Amino acid sequence: MRKVLVLARRELAGYFFSPMAYVVAALFFAAGGLWFFYKVFIPGNEASLRPLFEAMAYVMVFAAPLLTMRLLSDEYRSGTIETLMTSPVSDAAVVLGKFLAVMVFYLILLAGSGAYLALVAIYGQPDLGVATMGYLGMVLLGAAFLSVGLFASSLTSHQLVAAIVGTAILAVLAILMQLLVAHGAEPWNYLAARLNAMTYFSDFSRGVLDTRGVVFFLSVAALFLFFSVKAVESRRWR
Amino acid sequence: MIDVKNLTKWYGPVCAVDHVSFHVEKGMIVGLLGPNGAGKSTTMKILTCYLPASGGTATVAGYDILGESMNVRRNVGYMPESVPLYGEMRVRELLMFRSALRDIPHRQRRAAVDRAAERCWLSQPEDVMRRRIGELSRGYKQRVGLAEVLLHNPLVLVLDEPTLGLDPAQIRAMRELVRSLAQEHTVILSSHILAEVEATCNHLIIIAGGRIAAAGTSEELRQRVVGPSKIMAELRGEEPATMAAMIRAIPNVREVSASQEGQWTRLAIQGEAMTDLRAEIFKLASERGWQLRELRREVGSLEDFFIQVTYEQSVRSPTLPASSA
Repeated sequence: MRKVLVLARRELAGYFFSPMAYVVAALFFAAGGLWFFYKVFIPGNEASLRPLFEAMAYVMVFAAPLLTMRLLSDEYRSGTIETLMTSPVSDAAVVLGKFLAVMVFYLILLAGSGAYLALVAIYGQPDLGVATMGYLGMVLLGAAFLSVGLFASSLTSHQLVAAIVGTAILAVLAILMQLLVAHGAEPWNYLAARLNAMTYFSDFSRGVLDTRGVVFFLSVAALFLFFSVKAVESRRWR
Repeated sequence: MIDVKNLTKWYGPVCAVDHVSFHVEKGMIVGLLGPNGAGKSTTMKILTCYLPASGGTATVAGYDILGESMNVRRNVGYMPESVPLYGEMRVRELLMFRSALRDIPHRQRRAAVDRAAERCWLSQPEDVMRRRIGELSRGYKQRVGLAEVLLHNPLVLVLDEPTLGLDPAQIRAMRELVRSLAQEHTVILSSHILAEVEATCNHLIIIAGGRIAAAGTSEELRQRVVGPSKIMAELRGEEPATMAAMIRAIPNVREVSASQEGQWTRLAIQGEAMTDLRAEIFKLASERGWQLRELRREVGSLEDFFIQVTYEQSVRSPTLPASSA
């Protein structure tokens, strides 16, 4: 566990050196900011960040893979994976360390959006309970999406491929499932409704704490972290 | 210290390492020598627990590479071929990170880093430790890579092509460094350059086509190159045929061939293995009053031997396994 922290610390420091992290942060804030001022921060509007959270969730479909694409792909490409894996560190510790680092970076990004909440609080009385649930939803959704991105990064030494694969998987979870719910035939739309990340998320953004959502996001995160560990291990039997 | 038995590695249908067995004693500097794609890197990756073997076993520092992987890793320092480092980190930062990964207690890390840096000549000039690795020259990167593997003072050092891409002065410095390491560590390094391995190592393993073509000290290998002892002599005084006949009469002489070089007769004398006939030849020459211009024992070139064995291997297995890189 201590090594997970050592690895995470190095990785997090790496984020602040990589231009991509700043680009993603800019994208995240630009999209969030635009949405905030066009849809939320309007006199007479409800003092709620709900539309903003929904927008940020969609932005994460693209932003999460951009944040994670470097994590393992870059180690494969530069060969540092060899020195890492010949140190007394388990594959799982490496994956968890990376996940922890990107999670912390994401939380920093998310904390930045606190400015919107502050603005809304100055000019209105937002329901802090709803806001808390929204943030909890964002954290859970982030954990799930980032672990999907990490898994994509564990598959290839090309960052671009990792980003595209990650976005594709997330698009299935967040967008395709929604289309299936709306237009799918009888058994499929029910199945799709269970796998639709955005339905679970909208519960949170409405201020509802639904354990189904908690379980869904945490299991997606756990599943893809497990897949990532297996993908890192796969060099042993490929 | 290292015991390898029938190690085999398949990359899909390609056999990169084919039933390799060798033994390394404590304190030896072993050179794995072979052409590109011979299986040197793969062997090293298996010994350092980066890749599993397809067959065979190996123990490093008394631990099995498969069953006790973590213990092997604790006792091994491995520098991969391309010396991969995190370019965005500063030298000290990277070494501190590595020593944390290497379970060096928090309080001792700074000292461990300083000691490793000192040994790899990173402490001077002063600012190297604060420089970003991406900005360093190849030679300095190599030293950082080496400092990295020395941090935890491992019993076994595995260095894949440690002098690749260095300039001549740096190569010499690296050789000296590696030799000085042998006092405390067992070193196994790879190279495709014979002179390199000969200068640094006291034990050579020549690998070609995934198999061990020859192994031993450079003296032993030389012995094999020369085969029966061979002596060149240039004489004059009597008819070439007479001189050749008289030398042929010396015990242990197998064959003599003569050729003419101006007024001198050049004799190539083959003797039985492990004999040195120079004294006898000189005695004969002085008794007969011959003039002796040259008398030398032919020392076979390891280079020829190396090229010969690796060529034989490549002829035997025309599809050389692809490089593992």
